[in-house]
Amino acid sequence: MIWIYPLIFLSPFILVLFFGLTGICLEYLHKKSILKRENILKKIKTTNLKKDHSNLEIHDSCLCVGSVTIASDYLKLFLASLRTIFGGRVRSYEILLERARREAILRMKAEAAAKHADLIINVRIQTSTIGKASSRQNANPMVEVIAYGTALISSK
Amino acid sequence: MDKDIYLTNVEIIPGKTIKQYLGLVQGNSIRAKHIGRDIMAGLKNLVGGELKGYTELLSEARDEATQRMIDDAKKMGANGIVNVRFATSSVMQGAAELFVYGTAVIYGENQ
Repeated sequence: MIWIYPLIFLSPFILVLFFGLTGICLEYLHKKSILKRENILKKIKTTNLKKDHSNLEIHDSCLCVGSVTIASDYLKLFLASLRTIFGGRVRSYEILLERARREAILRMKAEAAAKHADLIINVRIQTSTIGKASSRQNANPMVEVIAYGTALISSK
Repeated sequence: MDKDIYLTNVEIIPGKTIKQYLGLVQGNSIRAKHIGRDIMAGLKNLVGGELKGYTELLSEARDEATQRMIDDAKKMGANGIVNVRFATSSVMQGAAELFVYGTAVIYGENQ
């Protein structure tokens, strides 16, 4: 039964690796679903200009909001902390935040599509870290992304 | 959300003329989750990805903050709010503040 001791010692690392790999699989699936939905909602144009420059006959307008809260896994946290030793791009977090932003924009677009909008103007994207405890320095960051804009509905 | 009040995040209400600016209106909401959901979010931290419970909580809080802003605007007799902005800040572990502000206006139909 001597072999069980290194296993007990290594078990947290094995779990982190296992959940991290599961996370990577889920990330891949999420990316595929984002691409699919972006293709469907392609007809709704977005801009962060304050005016609509396509001479649309405006019938109605409304505020559309999309938000998403996302967390990283412990494998990414570990990889990112390794990265801080040498410096450089933290690729795993780049992917995570890009996913969150695209998801937030998609949710905003889906809300606009439900109201038969043609265009969203003055889109603002805002990122904020929530639930960061001062006592836990190494806590897993949770990031909230909000995307909002004014949807314009043309008269038909 | 009320249908009779217009919300936009640009300076105008598209397709309408603004008759009068009434001033700043605001609404806020601080929400915390119950511990069960916090534990679930902690478990979700293992694999990463979206935290559905938190997304739900924050959008509920945002709706409430928006509703408070609308109530504030109605008290002033407004029928629209322009230049709406959202802000989020964390005040403590497991709770977040949602803050919404804008300018209340009275609009009229175009000629």
